[in-house]
Amino acid sequence: MMWISKSRRALWRSYWKNKGLILLLVPGVCFFFVFHYLPLPGIIIAFKDFRMTEGILGSAWAEWDNFRRLFQGEDFLDALSNTIVISLLRLAFGFFAPIILALLLNEIRISWYKRTVQTLTYLPYFLSWVILGGIFLMIFSISGPINQLLTLFGLSTKEFLADDFWFRAIIITTGIWQAAGYGAVIYLAALAGISSTLYEAAIVDGASRWQQTIHITLPCLIPTIITLFILNLAYILNAGFDQIYNMYNPMVYDSAEIIDTFVLRRMIAMDFGLATAGGLFKSVVGLIMVVIANTAARKLSGGEQGIF
Amino acid sequence: MHLSRGEKIFNVFNIIVLGGVGLLAIYPFIYTLSISFSSAAEAIRPGLHLFPRDVSVMAYEMVFSNPDIVRGFFNSVMRTMLGTAITLFFTCLTAYPLARKEMPHRRLILFLILFTMIFNAGVVPHYLLIKNLGLMDSIWALVLPHTVTAFNVIVVRNFFLSIPESLAESARMDGASEATVLFRIYLPLSKPVLATVGLWTAVYHWNQWFDAMLYIASNSKQVLQTFLQRIVIENSTQLVELSIADPIRTEYTAETIKAATVMISVLPMLLLYPFVQRYFVKGIMLGGVKE
Repeated sequence: MMWISKSRRALWRSYWKNKGLILLLVPGVCFFFVFHYLPLPGIIIAFKDFRMTEGILGSAWAEWDNFRRLFQGEDFLDALSNTIVISLLRLAFGFFAPIILALLLNEIRISWYKRTVQTLTYLPYFLSWVILGGIFLMIFSISGPINQLLTLFGLSTKEFLADDFWFRAIIITTGIWQAAGYGAVIYLAALAGISSTLYEAAIVDGASRWQQTIHITLPCLIPTIITLFILNLAYILNAGFDQIYNMYNPMVYDSAEIIDTFVLRRMIAMDFGLATAGGLFKSVVGLIMVVIANTAARKLSGGEQGIF
Repeated sequence: MHLSRGEKIFNVFNIIVLGGVGLLAIYPFIYTLSISFSSAAEAIRPGLHLFPRDVSVMAYEMVFSNPDIVRGFFNSVMRTMLGTAITLFFTCLTAYPLARKEMPHRRLILFLILFTMIFNAGVVPHYLLIKNLGLMDSIWALVLPHTVTAFNVIVVRNFFLSIPESLAESARMDGASEATVLFRIYLPLSKPVLATVGLWTAVYHWNQWFDAMLYIASNSKQVLQTFLQRIVIENSTQLVELSIADPIRTEYTAETIKAATVMISVLPMLLLYPFVQRYFVKGIMLGGVKE
């Protein structure tokens, strides 16, 4: 028992010695505790028949009732499948967009031109979906420029935003439009890291630019591509709440309701138990997937890549 | 350098394609800008609206004469400045001890901070927390929860780790306190990372709408994004009164007013954009979370 008290004394001594550092850390730790850890016990609302007047502790236990309602009703299962489908569509159509953009930008030898295109494509990433959603609601509206062009060519107008197929097509396209420029920055950084001696050697061997791209550039990008792909898969339950909430309408709930919008609408309808259960399901599955993805990314890259 | 015919064709093709991509990236903004300066008749004219043929600033006059939107603009500016200031201050305070080897339980605290990045309780517990703390309908509900975030702390800490410890050592020999070392030695050397985190936070606060939608009830405290949401997305034009009998009605439509409100919300981000460009990319590279 001697060694415990001895090490405890050593610990206290190190606290005293570093009291200046500890003092600096106190406010930050308080912020994390209050705003990130204090809400955690609120998760038990998922297992309660929550009533605002009775509070979290006072409300009656509902055990697994909220989850039963979640998985026996069709609404949540629809939202879950919409979430996964929209995420997969985003991956299928959007994942390679920043890679292609970066490769094309990398081939431009006129630096002001490259910089200008980069500046323009990068801009939408810094604006909120309230702003961007507002712009696209105007552009795709019945009186907007897209429908006006259709009339000009003698075609009939279409309510794009009220159509299940077109609504999904629009959120995926505008999603790529918003994020591709930003995504390209990450790949351009990886491209800048490729040693120029590789290219010099290839030129000496008589490789064309196309051959250099296939045999040097792409292989060097593969670790980055794999890491980002795995991370994208891990965030599959995030189908783009900000964008969808600011662009959808009751006409397309069938094809566009995702877990996050489902949770928010249940919360606004004061069904806190169901909303918390839906949110908890998403958080737990998300946590598991991120941990798996991170392990996989580390394994595949030999400990180099990974987010944490 | 000698270019083959195929390479020359590719170069031309590439320049054209990327030019098209660039135009596509800004066309929605050009369209909105053009509509916002259009008269009613011009706004409903079929076409691409690259520029207004019949200019009117009436939509802007209507928007600026609306007290809610003007107040919303100032509330957003306030939120952005207050949020950025306290985030920078408390992020530095938190990151510094975590960058020092002497700090007891450093790894445990880092783990607990990182954990907040991959798991959260969801929207309902956060909403009830704000309610129980009595922060409802207050600007503090918008800035306090985002004051220190795991990502910002890690980025600043990583930067601090790159500062040679010998600098701090010699100051401590002269009897300087930890706070003095942080503010007098570390911070002056950390301008790039502070600019990056400051810009991230400013962009976040200017764009954030969800928390204001949930927590702010009174119009006098509401932020611009929420008013924009009401005008543009919920299509409630009563915010900006549209009376049919109005003689200047031919000067604006609901669309031109929406467009003008959008442009007013975009403007501050455009002013920040040159700085954003300089520091954001560097920031992405600083973001690698490594022990």
